[in-house]
Amino acid sequence: MSTLPGNGRVSRQDIAHLARLSRLAVTDEELDLYAGQLSAVLDAVAQVQKAPVEDVPPTTHAVPMTNVFREDAVRPSLPPEVVLAGAPAAEDGRFRVPRILGEEA
Amino acid sequence: MSTPSDITTMTVSELQTALQDGATATGITQAYLDRIAAEDGALGSYLHVDPEAALERAGEIDGAGTAGTGLAGIPVALKDVVVTAGVPTTSGSRILEGWKPPYDATVAARLKAADTVLLGKTNMDEFAMGSSTENSAYGVTRNPWDPERIPGGSSGGSSAAVAGGLAPWAIGTDTGGSIRQPAALTGLVGHKPTYGSVSRYGLIAFSSSLDQAGPMARTVLDAALLHEAIAGHDPMDSTSIDSPAPVLAECARRGAAGDLSGLKVGVVRELGGEGHTDGYEQGVLDRVAEAVALLESMGAEVREVSCPAFDLALPAYYLIAPSEASSNLSRFDGVRYGLRVGDDGNHDLDEVMALTREQGFGAEVKRRIILGTYALSSGYYEAYYGQAQKVRTLISRDFNAAFDAEGAGVDVLVSPTTPTVAFPLGSRVDDPVAMYAADLCTLPASLAGVPAISVPCGLADGLPVGFQIMAPALADDRCYQVGAALEAAQDAARGSRFLDQLSRRAAEPVGGAA
Repeated sequence: MSTLPGNGRVSRQDIAHLARLSRLAVTDEELDLYAGQLSAVLDAVAQVQKAPVEDVPPTTHAVPMTNVFREDAVRPSLPPEVVLAGAPAAEDGRFRVPRILGEEA
Repeated sequence: MSTPSDITTMTVSELQTALQDGATATGITQAYLDRIAAEDGALGSYLHVDPEAALERAGEIDGAGTAGTGLAGIPVALKDVVVTAGVPTTSGSRILEGWKPPYDATVAARLKAADTVLLGKTNMDEFAMGSSTENSAYGVTRNPWDPERIPGGSSGGSSAAVAGGLAPWAIGTDTGGSIRQPAALTGLVGHKPTYGSVSRYGLIAFSSSLDQAGPMARTVLDAALLHEAIAGHDPMDSTSIDSPAPVLAECARRGAAGDLSGLKVGVVRELGGEGHTDGYEQGVLDRVAEAVALLESMGAEVREVSCPAFDLALPAYYLIAPSEASSNLSRFDGVRYGLRVGDDGNHDLDEVMALTREQGFGAEVKRRIILGTYALSSGYYEAYYGQAQKVRTLISRDFNAAFDAEGAGVDVLVSPTTPTVAFPLGSRVDDPVAMYAADLCTLPASLAGVPAISVPCGLADGLPVGFQIMAPALADDRCYQVGAALEAAQDAARGSRFLDQLSRRAAEPVGGAA
């Protein structure tokens, strides 16, 4: 991740890297567009770095709850055919996916 | 006998009376379906309407003879982020085009169990990311007050439908202001409940630590009735608060009596007060000042309260929400539901995912995924996401200081809901930072998880202005009480309800009195 700048400017290469991490096959035009727009957004949000937050704990959630358990009881689940009805491709009662490994593997 | 146009301007509490007096759920539903058929081509508020299903449901309720008890027989519209069994649900995105969920969200299930009639699913910014509904993959929604302007967002389909007389009320969701801001810009009442008080089960997740569903309605009382119907603990949502069902309609009725003596109201300086008026329209500030004076005239004690961390709510939100979104939206991988692109035998799974997401997501969603991925990257996590979470703590502390007896000791905080009235379509689409500024006033309550309502407080340049009332966590009743007092006093002064101004305007001949 050392290619990313810590502050403000985001290059086309940075966007390409982030897009790859995010599984987005962005176009050349989008690389230009997002590089400019994200630099502007990062300039705006970098203000949080000015906040006086020494010794301030982070808030991850407005409702501080941990370890919310339900009863360990069997409940009906959706029938497989109902779940698979929304899938882009299904086969033999399962989700069908493209090959996972590339040709060179 | 009520005419169809009467029916579609009634409040829900009036519809309940009409049903008790012999009107039918079928008749009311048909009146709304007729309006939708006639008007929604221009307005664009709905993504999906199934007239046959709605009429069939209304007929069943009429047949059962329960219409007029509780919410039985009342039509409702749902924002398309709420999953509905067997009814298309897209969250405004191409990636879910044609998807029919296999289950109901808790909010949808509760409204179904209450025998409401589902009119349809409303348009929205894709995955609720936006402030204008212009980020929908399925086209823009127009503001009934001015078709050249935005209806707010992301619940802009819901706001336009209710203000335009195409639904008596609707469910919206609010992550950074997406109920309150569109309600403000279309002259509605919109309430974001205390985080955790309405189930998130079955809401397509955007930013899980912020998302809340809530009511959008024509009056404070209607909003309270709808809120009561969807609230309460749900074991299917691990962040759901296990507390008694809130009593809200009664508080709205009590508030409408207009006695606010003893109520302490804090006006937030950082939201449009002295030294903090950049970006605020004078007309908005004037209407809000008049509303504050009205509260004072009803006995409220008003003081200014400073919440310095609110200045950092916007940058903190636009780090936290995209970070959570980048994680939540990883579920759209082209495997289990929705779109799949490039599955031709030549591309592997990774490539198919990237092609699917590239084609299925719109520009704002991609921007936020990339921003969130950046903010969560190792090396930058502390500087951005970690820092934003600490700012979130400071914002909560400001609320606590305002509400604590040890601090300012106010019962509610008030501010404008939005810095400006509805802006023209297209005016901010190419400038994300300008678009984000529309949420300036609504973000603090979102980040702190406290309840906040927007109530109309007049017109500026002929367009609605919203007044925001924020309360401590689980004190949603205060929002309704104070909101109802303000609404009743304004209605009395005006001699009619706020939205009557819109229906009167619509009835005027073109070129008539401007």
